[in-house]
Amino acid sequence: MPEDQAPGAGETAAREARPRVAKTTCYMCACRCGIDVHLVDGPEGRPAVRYIEGNRDHPVNRGVICAKGSAGIMQHLSPARLRAPLKRTGPRGSGEFEEISWEEALETARSWLAPLRERAPERLAFFTGRDQSQSFTGWWAQMFGTPNFAAHGGFCSVNMAAAGIMTLGGAFWEFGTADWERCEYFMLFGVAEDHDSNPIKMGLGKLKARGAKVVGVNPVRTGYNAVASEWVGITPGTDGLFVLSLVRELIRSGEIDLTYLIERTDAPWLVVEDPGAADHGLFARGGDGEALVADRRDGALRRWDDPEAKPALRGRFEAGGRPCRPVFELMAERYLSDAYAPEAVAETCGVPAATIRRIAAELAHVAFERAETIPYRWTDWRGVEHDHVVSRPVAFHAMRGVSAHANGFQTCRALHILQCLLGAIEVPGGFRFKPPYPKPLEAHPKPHGDAAPGAPLAGPHLGFPRGPEDLLLDAEGRAQRIDKAFSWEAPISAHGLMHMVISNAVAGDPYPIDTLFLYMANMAWNSSMNTSGVMEMLTRKGDDGEYAIPRIIYSDAYSSEMVAFADLILPDTTYLERHDCISLLDRPISEPDAAGDAIRWPVVEPERPGHAGVRGFQSVLLDLGARLGLPGMVDDEGRAKYRDYADYMVRHERRPGIGPLAGWRGDGESQGRGAPNPEQIERYKANGGFWQAHVPEEARWMRPWNKAWWDWAVEIGLVDAPQPYVFHLWAEPLAKFRLAAEGHGDRVPPEALRERLREAMDPLPDGRPPGAEDARYPLHAVTQRPAAMYHAWGSQNAWLRQIHGENPIYVPGALWREHGLEEGDWIAVESAHGRIEAPAVLMEAVNARTLWTWNAIGKRPGAWALREDAPEARRGVLLNHLIHELLPPKGDGMRWSNSDPVTGQAAWYDLRVRIERVAPRARSAPEVGRQASPVGVGPEVVAYDGKGTT
Amino acid sequence: MHPAPSLIVFTTLSGLGFGLIAWLGFGVHGAAPGWVVLSFCGLAFVLASAGLLASLGHLGHPERAWRALSQWRSSWLSREGVLAVATLGVFAVYSALWGFGGERVVWLGLLASALALATVAATAMIYASIRAVPRWRHWSTPALFLALALAGGALLAGRTSVGAGLLLVALVVQVLHWRRGDVAYAEAASDMGTATGLGARGRVRLLEGPHTGASYLTDEMVHRVGRRRSKALRRIAIVLGFVLPAVVFLTLEAWPAKHTVAGLAVLAHVAGVAASRWLFYAEAEHVVGLYYGRAAG
Amino acid sequence: MTSLPAESAVKLGLVIDLDTCVGCHACVISCKEWNTGTGGAPLSDVDAYGEAEGTFLNRVHSFEVVRDDAPPMVVHLPKSCLHCDDAPCVTVCPTGASFKRGEDGIVLVNEDTCIGCGLCAWACPYGAREMDRTAGVMKKCTLCVDRVTSETLPEADRVPACVRACPAGARHFGDLNDPEDPAARLSAARGGMDLMPEQGTRPVNRYLPPRERDEGTVVNLVALADPAEDAEAGGGLRWLDRALAKLG
Repeated sequence: MPEDQAPGAGETAAREARPRVAKTTCYMCACRCGIDVHLVDGPEGRPAVRYIEGNRDHPVNRGVICAKGSAGIMQHLSPARLRAPLKRTGPRGSGEFEEISWEEALETARSWLAPLRERAPERLAFFTGRDQSQSFTGWWAQMFGTPNFAAHGGFCSVNMAAAGIMTLGGAFWEFGTADWERCEYFMLFGVAEDHDSNPIKMGLGKLKARGAKVVGVNPVRTGYNAVASEWVGITPGTDGLFVLSLVRELIRSGEIDLTYLIERTDAPWLVVEDPGAADHGLFARGGDGEALVADRRDGALRRWDDPEAKPALRGRFEAGGRPCRPVFELMAERYLSDAYAPEAVAETCGVPAATIRRIAAELAHVAFERAETIPYRWTDWRGVEHDHVVSRPVAFHAMRGVSAHANGFQTCRALHILQCLLGAIEVPGGFRFKPPYPKPLEAHPKPHGDAAPGAPLAGPHLGFPRGPEDLLLDAEGRAQRIDKAFSWEAPISAHGLMHMVISNAVAGDPYPIDTLFLYMANMAWNSSMNTSGVMEMLTRKGDDGEYAIPRIIYSDAYSSEMVAFADLILPDTTYLERHDCISLLDRPISEPDAAGDAIRWPVVEPERPGHAGVRGFQSVLLDLGARLGLPGMVDDEGRAKYRDYADYMVRHERRPGIGPLAGWRGDGESQGRGAPNPEQIERYKANGGFWQAHVPEEARWMRPWNKAWWDWAVEIGLVDAPQPYVFHLWAEPLAKFRLAAEGHGDRVPPEALRERLREAMDPLPDGRPPGAEDARYPLHAVTQRPAAMYHAWGSQNAWLRQIHGENPIYVPGALWREHGLEEGDWIAVESAHGRIEAPAVLMEAVNARTLWTWNAIGKRPGAWALREDAPEARRGVLLNHLIHELLPPKGDGMRWSNSDPVTGQAAWYDLRVRIERVAPRARSAPEVGRQASPVGVGPEVVAYDGKGTT
Repeated sequence: MHPAPSLIVFTTLSGLGFGLIAWLGFGVHGAAPGWVVLSFCGLAFVLASAGLLASLGHLGHPERAWRALSQWRSSWLSREGVLAVATLGVFAVYSALWGFGGERVVWLGLLASALALATVAATAMIYASIRAVPRWRHWSTPALFLALALAGGALLAGRTSVGAGLLLVALVVQVLHWRRGDVAYAEAASDMGTATGLGARGRVRLLEGPHTGASYLTDEMVHRVGRRRSKALRRIAIVLGFVLPAVVFLTLEAWPAKHTVAGLAVLAHVAGVAASRWLFYAEAEHVVGLYYGRAAG
Repeated sequence: MTSLPAESAVKLGLVIDLDTCVGCHACVISCKEWNTGTGGAPLSDVDAYGEAEGTFLNRVHSFEVVRDDAPPMVVHLPKSCLHCDDAPCVTVCPTGASFKRGEDGIVLVNEDTCIGCGLCAWACPYGAREMDRTAGVMKKCTLCVDRVTSETLPEADRVPACVRACPAGARHFGDLNDPEDPAARLSAARGGMDLMPEQGTRPVNRYLPPRERDEGTVVNLVALADPAEDAEAGGGLRWLDRALAKLG
């Protein structure tokens, strides 16, 4: 009878023989979840991937897995995988290549790079994309000696990192998290499905299970905002204004945590107030350089960390003869202004004033009425013992939605100020850091440049300038770096400006380059603004018939659009075929209560039968480094120091005893610090691919000020000395740049940049929306990454691409009706820079002035081993075509970057557009030519049988 | 629903074939010689079997079709299969005895007729029993299938005036089926509100389907016919399938070369029924369409 | 036998929380991944790198609810076989390949006897069945019968792949006929509902309706309710000195 013939009945026994499980780390996005890869015997007895599920023991995902993670098999078996090094044979962009040997590829690269290093190392620009090995790739570039290195943070979310670190000593991103177990009111700003995705989904699930309130502030109600208890359909770019209006309401009504502000922030610090003077806006400091507060009992000046002080929060004082006032009063004065009244911001934000008032009231209610005093013994850094901690069950999160605006840095600062006012950081129920954070600005490096022929840089490229003196400028005041990071155009560009590299290099501004070396960044497509323009720049030739960027080396695992625009391809492995370390030096897998790092290791060997094969990029980079004789990569006899990346992961030491991996160091019993341990990787494998060290109980809360935390952080090597600090409502580094913009000091910006800098470098965020209104382009247009897809990567994935194979433009209802649109209609979306045409779809749950679409679905015909008439190529579209890396010319001859003037963060979401109805087309516009596929087209049918074959 | 050619051919031809069997069970006009009987019976056999064979084309595994005879207790499809086999078996014996032996066994004939009509009814009940397709779930579905089978069978059996009359009856049923069918989806209790359980909250509309391309479900069940196309096809079906053959057969005696004309009229009828069947599938809205944004109306 | 069995004492099924589902499609892909090549024919994808039409047993639909006096809602609706008590897909099957298990109510297809006629898919109002284009047999959610009845998988893993995967915890599995089962209790507490009850299918799977959206919490904060203080001298900070005085 059929009951006996249930599907799988015959197979159950075979499967339940439990195939081997290899535990490694996912790489289908940036989350770094732990995965259990189930292996079976595949063709010819080789191990084949049967099934991927979440690792239940793993701190990041606790066993869950997302759509991308499950679809990893299809990525691993993708027909778009490269198979051998490639040398370009046709013109750039054509996709015509010949396969070459690894020896030829590496020698070619060496022969291109070696003369540069000897002559002018800055002629190499080395930029990496979604690279999870930045501490390694950065070190390589440092040893090469080029100042031109960064990863993709500049066009991703540097605003969150910079604002977080400068304000709180830690950022949202994945470096901190809401206290999901205790939070009762959670506000989520902007699209955030992109980073830390499983942890946030798990967190939302916990909130939902308890019935906690989730408020989504987002122009579009999808994803997390769909499940939000309340949706605030804000106008893009106005989040800061909205937040500051909340701040105003809270200050006005006294619903703020005064004790927290006094003890944990710079609210009482005195700021010199003397407009026009060279110290205006700087902290008043004592003779020892420490900031001062005024005692509210007698007005006496005391050191900020004087345990006896009872600091004033308002009043006028004099320090060293200079007039000054506490930060708190300056802040309150600013935000109590009518400009921040709910009624004043309502229209700009698209949020009713009553809603703003109510949310402020709800925040205050939850933070203060539902707070608990929890018995907890801890000792602060001054040695004062405490017996409790007060919970504040309100938490916030924001990511790209807030970040990718030209005011994103200040918006994020505003949000952190709100958190400070509520006293909701590092307390139960609020926002918690993940090790190595908290870590004050002072603990971060400054940027390094000053390239010299044949020599390494003195330090890491990326860091935080504290003032104009730390900018990377040449003797004439011009940018040292090709992306103009750490110049007057983007002073605190802590992650570089990858989105400006190609444009600047082609313009020869500040100078031309010889070789562009890219890793894992689809700069010819969805990772660039102005995609059509960038493709043109990559193929542009000078009068001499040479390409404007003479040489392009690219490493990718797949046949992406960027592959077609490079001259030499170094094919990378898939994530199941490689070693990686998810290091405390980079973006580790820590949780608030534990530091952690992890590895990736080849659970299957990279095999590309009949071809030269592929190699993990990091191993290739070490090989290349050894061929170039780079310091640290060769021994005294000039031989390669590291066999491969796995060898580096184990034996490299960044500081004595500190290496890429923190677990099982020394004899295997040390953690954090210790000599290299040859057994280290095996220990990681045996432990499920990761390592964790749990934060001691007495170090769990109030960590920036908690002695036990700092002792522990030193012990496991997160820092070398305790660095207690307070949060900064007032951004003094910005005040320094503002002074320079006013002409103070010996390093001042050129005249043309002064006004913009003076406005941008405001020590308190002012909430101003980005850009100027232009009646021709009254609408906003933004993108989101679909939770089930991640950038271009997903389109080669036979399973994922069925979910998102094309991307219509979602049009808000009112606009839809105004334009008389009907199902099946197409629209043109036009910006000051470009025009696209694509199918339109009606949506009601969206801000009335905002269009949106999914990001990076559209594909260039011929890429990703797709058929040239695949829906991605016909009905997919990139908004990137509408966004220029430069702002429209202002007639001043300047090339103004479309970036946040503080950090250089690419301002993707400042896009302003208009629409019109157009006739349906066979292919979305613009059409972008085609590329030949060096790997052919994928098979007709995929029927994965679980044995590694399809 | 997807108007699969195999199903249109199947229901059209087998309806005609089983309709003819139903009439042949009552004998033919006059004392026909054996070869005439065998020709009629053979035609009925060919039509019914061709229809059944065509239906195999709809199967993913036609080689397993025999298994479909097993579940007659619950499944109309299985019943149809059993009845079709029984009809053809009884009819084969009946035809052989009659055509070769010259003796028409009346009770066997009546049994074949009854089985043939039951087969057509069972075919119709496959559709009429599907609650998920409101247009089909109505007594007019078996009525239409039976009326068309009887009318077409009568025409083929040479019972021209009865056939013409039945055509007009069938036309009434057809029009009724269409009229009622056009409001069935809207009047059915299912809508996007019940499909999602969100109806009490407000007006429910699909924002994003589960996939951007097609799937078995959208190919098979979320078919859409344009209003203009539907109107045109209905006119064609009425004229070719009903009016024209009825007029021809009512006035058959007046026509020169009346066999040719009759033959052409039958072909017109078949074409008209095929058009009706195309619409029967293509216009049938499955409630699963509610999950793909196909609101009623 | 395609007749439905006597109502089972155990009714295994899913409770899907529409208040929590973020529409991430994790359940869709984990389902496909587990169920391709586990016994029956693989879940194929035709024209996989072109138009791409594949077989899936679980899909997520996204709906908007346009409301008169509140902002529009978006609700993600994951949908797979609901393992109905009165499963029309079972009774229409001519071969007996489609059946409902007497012991736990799981509705399954025996691929060896399925003729691929598609009638069961027609009969299902929910679109829970998809014909595999390559194998020519009907595919549907098995509730991961090979997982949930496994005797060798770790206890915690004896749940459907979609439940194991769901990052938001929006999917729950259990015996919904057992009032003490946590999933059944959750459904009872949160008003678990049927999809298309008027179809008379009596689904076992339950959907937890979204909680009310966009209702402000009524909080009575005197200070916030009294903007008059603004106007007074002290720039709205009159409360500050009082508050600081309290701190000592």
